[in-house]
Amino acid sequence: MNVVVCVKRVPMTQEVDLEIDASKKDVSKDMLAYVLNEWDNYAVEEAIQIVEKFGGAVTAVTVGSEDDEEVLRRCLAMGAEKAIRVDPGDLSLDGFVISKILAEVIKGLEYDLVLTGVQADDDNYGIVGSMLAEHLGIARAAVVNHVDIEGDEANIKVELEGGVDEVLKIRFPALLSIQTGINEPRYVSIMGIRKAAKKELQVLPVTDLGLSEDDLSARTVVEEVFLPPETEGAEIIEGDAATVAEEILRIMKEKGVSV
Amino acid sequence: MAKEKLFKGGEFLITDALPEEIFTPEDFTSEQKMIAQSAEEFGQGELDTRWEELGVLDPDLIKSLLKKAADLDFLGAEMPEIYGGAGLDKVSSSLITEHLSRGTSGFFVSYGVQTGIGSLPLVLFGSPEQKKKYLPKLASAEMIGAYALTEPQHGSDALGAETTAVLSEDGKYYVLNGQKQFISNAGFADLFITYAQVDGTQFTSFIVERQWEGVSVDAEEEKMGVHGSSTRAVIFKDVKVPVENVLGEVGRGHVVALNTLNIGRYKLGAGTVGGAKLLIAEAVKYAKGRIQFGKPICEFGLIKHKIAEMVIRTYVNESMVYRTARLLDLALEGIDPTSEEAGKKTGEALRKYALECSINKVFGSEMLDFVADECVQIMGGYGYIKGNPVETAYRDSRINRIWEGTNEINRLLIVDLLMRAGLKGELPLLDTIKKLTEELLTFRPSMETAEGVLEEERKMVSMAKKIALLSAGASVQKYMQKLAGEQEIVALIADMIIEIFAMESALLRALKKLQKEGEEKARIHVAATRAYINDAFPKVDLMARQVFAAISEGEELRTQLMGLRKLARYTPINAIALRREIAESIVPVARYHLTRI
Repeated sequence: MNVVVCVKRVPMTQEVDLEIDASKKDVSKDMLAYVLNEWDNYAVEEAIQIVEKFGGAVTAVTVGSEDDEEVLRRCLAMGAEKAIRVDPGDLSLDGFVISKILAEVIKGLEYDLVLTGVQADDDNYGIVGSMLAEHLGIARAAVVNHVDIEGDEANIKVELEGGVDEVLKIRFPALLSIQTGINEPRYVSIMGIRKAAKKELQVLPVTDLGLSEDDLSARTVVEEVFLPPETEGAEIIEGDAATVAEEILRIMKEKGVSV
Repeated sequence: MAKEKLFKGGEFLITDALPEEIFTPEDFTSEQKMIAQSAEEFGQGELDTRWEELGVLDPDLIKSLLKKAADLDFLGAEMPEIYGGAGLDKVSSSLITEHLSRGTSGFFVSYGVQTGIGSLPLVLFGSPEQKKKYLPKLASAEMIGAYALTEPQHGSDALGAETTAVLSEDGKYYVLNGQKQFISNAGFADLFITYAQVDGTQFTSFIVERQWEGVSVDAEEEKMGVHGSSTRAVIFKDVKVPVENVLGEVGRGHVVALNTLNIGRYKLGAGTVGGAKLLIAEAVKYAKGRIQFGKPICEFGLIKHKIAEMVIRTYVNESMVYRTARLLDLALEGIDPTSEEAGKKTGEALRKYALECSINKVFGSEMLDFVADECVQIMGGYGYIKGNPVETAYRDSRINRIWEGTNEINRLLIVDLLMRAGLKGELPLLDTIKKLTEELLTFRPSMETAEGVLEEERKMVSMAKKIALLSAGASVQKYMQKLAGEQEIVALIADMIIEIFAMESALLRALKKLQKEGEEKARIHVAATRAYINDAFPKVDLMARQVFAAISEGEELRTQLMGLRKLARYTPINAIALRREIAESIVPVARYHLTRI
């Protein structure tokens, strides 16, 4: 059972007051710390658990710059066998181009399963997984929160709206977009980090993939990024928890909310 | 990895190092960063989430968390691989300590003992048999370690211990009798590294197992802080310790005791960096959310000042700790950890940097006290209420100035070590001071401000060294061998030395960043360094005046002060603007942002 996991390095933005950079097309990232996208972390763990149970190997793939190798090394330290970074050079990337690049790389690998995270923490598009499955011509399921493998197929649970789970049988090769909470991602041990240093991290320039100009043309272009304008009507309630709770209750009653 | 220079212990005081010659947090390798990230994730996932539980002593919880940490190789980080450790370098192991020191005393005290004073004596001085027997169990948390040095009547004066060890008639074991006080981990430790006098005078180290007959512990102490940790007296009553459990040589216990403390001291500095970073995040988050007079308090000048000062001192502490850690790594290079001599050679190499280790201990513990105190102040009444992590941090922090040798003892030690290095000829101190005194007669201070970013500061640090050396030289000349008796003067000299190492570590780090990444990326590093030196330099000048005023009078004093005035020239800068700039840079990200892992 060979599993390919697609991962992305994203900035940590919790507690941060984001600022728009000079281009007005992105946020300023100078002071931000970076991590492996949370959803991808669960996908990597799931992939490793699968090969631990059924044998085979995990390959982690990312599209990005040298700095992004940091998340690939983390995947190797967690237990992936091999990592590939596609260097996009100056290419402007959107979900379409990334999925085209990933598809081209993955076509050359032996795989039964491709895992991605449901979405990435930075732009929240959540489209690469579906597009990638389409380019590869394989079955796909999104927002997967349980995987049970039997032979060349898997019983999976897919999270639907309103807390409903759908149980599906999916035949390999298949692509699953993994939801957080599906497992408990492991911490990386020092020995894992040591082993990772000896594992293969392949770097492919995007130009080596033989993709057409059309394949590498972004379908969406960010025109502008802006912070939502401040609106009126917000009230900050001060005091200890009990006082705050009482005040909220009072306001809710006043506004006619039944409590 | 770039090759930094292996300076001698204390050499920073007589040599102006170049930025490329020292290691800075910007030089962390990708492996070191991964190790730091791993510890940080473990800290966030396993410790932060249990903040409340870990604030109350719960031995089972502590042991289970130590086991989890062991599974990630954190406990054996500094032990040789052949004994179940990871054989990591000091920079990496300091990063682990930094990121696991996070306000949960139940964990960080136990972890600190287990990986520090509870196991390092074995790593450094254990025989191959002792290492094989105990280290794998300490690395895996199968055994919990403790370090039993202090006695009811012997704290700072530890080598005067009263616990006795008498060799049995058949020569097979020593019989230990005595009591040890304030022993961390004692409530659930399986192994004690302890000390006793053989034949009344031969201070000797022993490895004692908890399960042996005659080993018992007293009730838990009720402490001011670190409530999640266990602290008890340990009592030895006719405990039979096999002779093979003597650690090191009979009569050489002081070598074991002092070298172990060295490592503990610089690593305490790594822990205080970690603690301070978390407190900074707490303070900034609070200051952003607390609205007074219609705006968040982080927009007020006095709060900006506090936030900036917390960041500055943490930055300085961090620069010192990793500079020292790398220095130790360089000193330890080439020692084969599997060889018979490994422990002895390691101990010797580390001894040479005892001065830097003590500096880190004193600076780190006082830095964290400052940061915790200001954090409480920013939160006002809320910071004073039990249940607020800041209130706990304020009390927890206090122990750092007491354990691992009080800051007073460490200050005396700093000067003592320097004098010894001078006397032994390890450092050309006397020559340097003599030359300096001669130079000073004709020295004309430049009236111009040095051109270039940090150039003025570079000059100030260099001058501060001359000031400290002159004060030290004059004090030695006056008191000769009796200087140690003039503790107040010794402490002033120590404080000058500490400030010099602090200033220079920040300066070289900021310069290195500046050279590599340019002015814009190094902006806050430069601001923090300038603000720090602008305050520290006049402090050094003042301390020198205090020394001279205490040792000289009349014409001699006037000459000395005149010389001092030539060296201590400086133009104050607008440090208020710098601090505002620093505070404004951290407020949006709400966490310490000068180091990336």
